[in-house]
Amino acid sequence: MQFLSDNADLLWSAFLTTLSLAVVSGVCALVLGTVLAGMRVSPIAPLRGLATFYVEVFRNTPLTVVFFFLAFGIVQIDLQFPSRFITAVAALSLYTAAFVCEALRSGINAVPSGQAEAARALGLTFGQSLRQIVLPQAFRTVVPPLGNVWIALAKNTSIAAGFAVTDLTAALQRLANANADQLLAVFAAVVAGYLVITLPSAWLIRVVENRVAIVR
Amino acid sequence: MSTNVLFDLPGPRARRRQRIGTVVGALLIAALIGLALYRLGANGQLEADRWAVLFDPASGVPQALGEGLLNTLSVAAVGMVLATVFGALLAVGRLSDHAWVRGPVGVVIELFRAVPLLILILFCLLFLPTVGVPMTAFRALVLGLTLYNMAVLAEIFRAGILSVDRGQREAAFALGMRKTQVMTLVLLPQAVRRMLPVLVAQLVVLLKDSSLGFIVSYLELLRTARSLVEFFNFSFGNRYTFQLYVAAGLIYIVVNVLLSQLAKYVEKRTRRNRKTAGTGQVELPADAQMGGGSGVAATP
Repeated sequence: MQFLSDNADLLWSAFLTTLSLAVVSGVCALVLGTVLAGMRVSPIAPLRGLATFYVEVFRNTPLTVVFFFLAFGIVQIDLQFPSRFITAVAALSLYTAAFVCEALRSGINAVPSGQAEAARALGLTFGQSLRQIVLPQAFRTVVPPLGNVWIALAKNTSIAAGFAVTDLTAALQRLANANADQLLAVFAAVVAGYLVITLPSAWLIRVVENRVAIVR
Repeated sequence: MSTNVLFDLPGPRARRRQRIGTVVGALLIAALIGLALYRLGANGQLEADRWAVLFDPASGVPQALGEGLLNTLSVAAVGMVLATVFGALLAVGRLSDHAWVRGPVGVVIELFRAVPLLILILFCLLFLPTVGVPMTAFRALVLGLTLYNMAVLAEIFRAGILSVDRGQREAAFALGMRKTQVMTLVLLPQAVRRMLPVLVAQLVVLLKDSSLGFIVSYLELLRTARSLVEFFNFSFGNRYTFQLYVAAGLIYIVVNVLLSQLAKYVEKRTRRNRKTAGTGQVELPADAQMGGGSGVAATP
């Protein structure tokens, strides 16, 4: 307990870093992933191809490699992110968007084709039927997979520690060096930090799922 | 729902519009790529001799990268075998008739799924030596990957065992088999065969996760590239930095794409096979493919 109160500041700021990292990249990934999913079902073949290519590349690239390129690679073409935090957000968003897209696409496929047929019969354009008919229903069916993607994202933020962001995992490494005699307490505190994010999320996902699920 | 329900086939005017849009878009992307290449060229990154070092055995680079790839693959292979074995055991334990087996096994599975993989690896690397377990980066990486993936695979196997037709189990009991026999001779073989595509897909995830070795200083591909860069920086400045990073990243992507294709091929074969037909959904959910520790709860 002594140890906890000594390092409360460090742990708290590290926790906030992890949380904001997860929230900001989660929102970016959701937006980018939705756009990608829309592209994947669009009438325009090149857009479909582009989105498929994006998803295939990022699904098969380790997140560490994405981080690596954004941290060390793009300097070579004279680009640079304003801060380490933004580098991490970019890497996490780009990577997670591919999985959001996949989850959403399966949701779009789960919407009965009668819905889209009816929308078209009413004269809605592709954009209108996607925005007003298909995507709202798709989002409701993909709450559990999207929630799992969010939880995975929250845990994946730990990789940012390897690229000089002082999140919970980085705090762990620092504290582990300083408190070699209390390693278990250090680990317990950090794991608790992650659980504080993931467990309520899991609960919330279940609540939302029950609220919005479509009974067919 | 097939996607072409969403729109009509484009008519002549829409097609023309699309063609114009495609050309403009392609030009834009080409311009962006061209700009990036121009910048690279202006920084001298495209000179042939900078890239030649990747293929020049005298520089030791191909050997080192090959060794890095080998290290990556060996971690993934050992981790996969261990995770599969322990995953199957845990799945059987989770389905046990005895609460004193089922309970603790469930706790173990949930625990290891809930903790970020990197934390598990760090735990193995930092904590286990203090209680007298000799640790190397390789062992910590394998142990972390095994612990995490066995929990994930246990859930996959459990779903597989439960998906075997009920009649199989009942028939086996009717023939007078014991519980163990029913599990090992009837249920598990069918479950494993059904879950083969998922197993291969999980191997891709595991291979991706092995890149975490970079953070714990295990000499896998990325760390090899990094240490080569540091080595070359000593004598040449950052002359070969970009080339080495690109090489390491590309190797990762190529190996993973090949494995993904293998997973798709296995899945197609499984679906064609009469013995396992009617399996339904055998693809990994999107979140499981993210790796690094996914899904605490929120079961569909």
